[in-house]
Amino acid sequence: MDIIYNIFAILEKGIVDGLTPSLGAAVALAVMAFIKVFLVANVGLIMVMVFIYMERRVLGRFQVRIGPNRVGPGGILQPLADAVKIMIKEDIVPKAADRLIFNLAPVMVFVPVMLVFAVIPFGVGVAGGQKYYMSVADLDIGILYVLAVTSLGEIAVLMAGWSSNNKFALFGAMRAAAQLVSYEVPLVLAVVGVVIVAGSLSLTKIVEAQAVPFIFMQPLGFVIFITAVSAELNRTPFDLLEAESELVTGYHVEYSGMKFGMFYLAEYLSAFAFSAIISTLFLGGWQGPILPSYVWLLIKILFVFFVFIWVRATLPRVRIDQVMALAWKFLLPLALINIGVTAVEALLWPTFPWFLAPVNIVIGVLAVWAMAAAFRSVWEPQWKPARLAATPVGG
Amino acid sequence: MYGLGILKGMVVTLRHLFKKPFTVEYPEQQVPRSSRFRGYEFVWYEDRCTGCASCAKFCPLGIIRIETSTEQDPGVGGKYKLEKFDIDTGRCMFCALCVEACPYDALFMGSKFERGSYSRAGLVVHKEDLNKGEKKPSVYYRPHLEAAGYHNEKELSSREVGRW
Repeated sequence: MDIIYNIFAILEKGIVDGLTPSLGAAVALAVMAFIKVFLVANVGLIMVMVFIYMERRVLGRFQVRIGPNRVGPGGILQPLADAVKIMIKEDIVPKAADRLIFNLAPVMVFVPVMLVFAVIPFGVGVAGGQKYYMSVADLDIGILYVLAVTSLGEIAVLMAGWSSNNKFALFGAMRAAAQLVSYEVPLVLAVVGVVIVAGSLSLTKIVEAQAVPFIFMQPLGFVIFITAVSAELNRTPFDLLEAESELVTGYHVEYSGMKFGMFYLAEYLSAFAFSAIISTLFLGGWQGPILPSYVWLLIKILFVFFVFIWVRATLPRVRIDQVMALAWKFLLPLALINIGVTAVEALLWPTFPWFLAPVNIVIGVLAVWAMAAAFRSVWEPQWKPARLAATPVGG
Repeated sequence: MYGLGILKGMVVTLRHLFKKPFTVEYPEQQVPRSSRFRGYEFVWYEDRCTGCASCAKFCPLGIIRIETSTEQDPGVGGKYKLEKFDIDTGRCMFCALCVEACPYDALFMGSKFERGSYSRAGLVVHKEDLNKGEKKPSVYYRPHLEAAGYHNEKELSSREVGRW
């Protein structure tokens, strides 16, 4: 049993110790880093297929139909078939497109998401009395790095939309610029609460600080974070920058073949990355009884993505003014309230005992209720549809 | 309160998750069709057909081609020998006037619908196809079949299918 729990730690120790005598410690660590990067990149790409399959099947069941079930047993090879199809398709570049930026954008959208996986701790193991974290790099400023890197993706979206020389693409890119930049603010502020409670920016330290998962310690922060993440991921209540029914998929209208595939891949890869970050920040990361740590993280990631699919199956797309109002007039004040409450608690009880969990849940519900009341009283009269002027028939 | 409506909606969709899927997986399963379904591939009984060409006359599009000869059994049994009986279903609109016109219960609408073709010529149903085809007539304009409770479930011989 012990070997299953610690398999990755034992492998890491074995490889590093085995290579050190012949190659030297520095080269051995570099080889280990390459192996880790290779593994994490492939796990990411395989998980993209899992996510695409899961999204289509679960969304199908939400809509009382079956979903893809023809290719392979239960349709599990459908993402592979789609990948083959997308690779053999013709690559079209519009005549009036800015070719350099047009070709650069799919790479630019892909790289930042891939970079996020460098710091996600997939698990923990003990080998030879030493603790090994299953992450490529255990950065001290892990969460800051994640936030910095993911915001690069917006530039790629803007590049794609602008260089396509298409009005729908440009609309999509403009919406993306407005929406993604706005939702960065509550996203970062919600993370601040977690960082105050954990007392560290390192993702591994944040996980180890979670004796009580932070979803109970920071319920308000969790709600703000998951809302902002679904806006960052362009998922359905906030999928305005794709908006297939109004913008015919927005910024990547003009892309075809594998370049479109890169956008599609990056979308699900970032869904995987953010599901992993939500699990790490709020659901206790790899921690859990009985099962090995990496299995627990996988279960939590799949559960978070299931919640995203569930929300997608439930909520219709909102208008752009509603999206912006939600970010700036609702989530931002709530995030500030959350930071204030957490900071006061940090001063009074620096160790954050468990009884703060129910207190924080009550405070969260009260804050949402108060903000909703204020939000409604200010905004609802303006949202009523204007009465149409009655025109008598025949003049 | 802000968010309660969202939670209510989430409960509704969660209930849908556990419903039985509505999908009928077509090539393996088929949607039950009415017994009066006016389908493709007409059902035709050569020994009931006298070659009177009522169907050809009543066809609004003129797509039924009948050629008869008298060389065998001339006049015996009041029946011509049929050389040709072609229906160009590529132009057929399935009005079933030919079925209504048939005085000898020899022509019926079919109960199937899968007879796609890559060419117009392939859509023409010949006498041989009609003789070989499945004899599961639709009960359209055949009240005696409907009264017997027939529902396209088994093949009918030329004796069973008529009123006399």
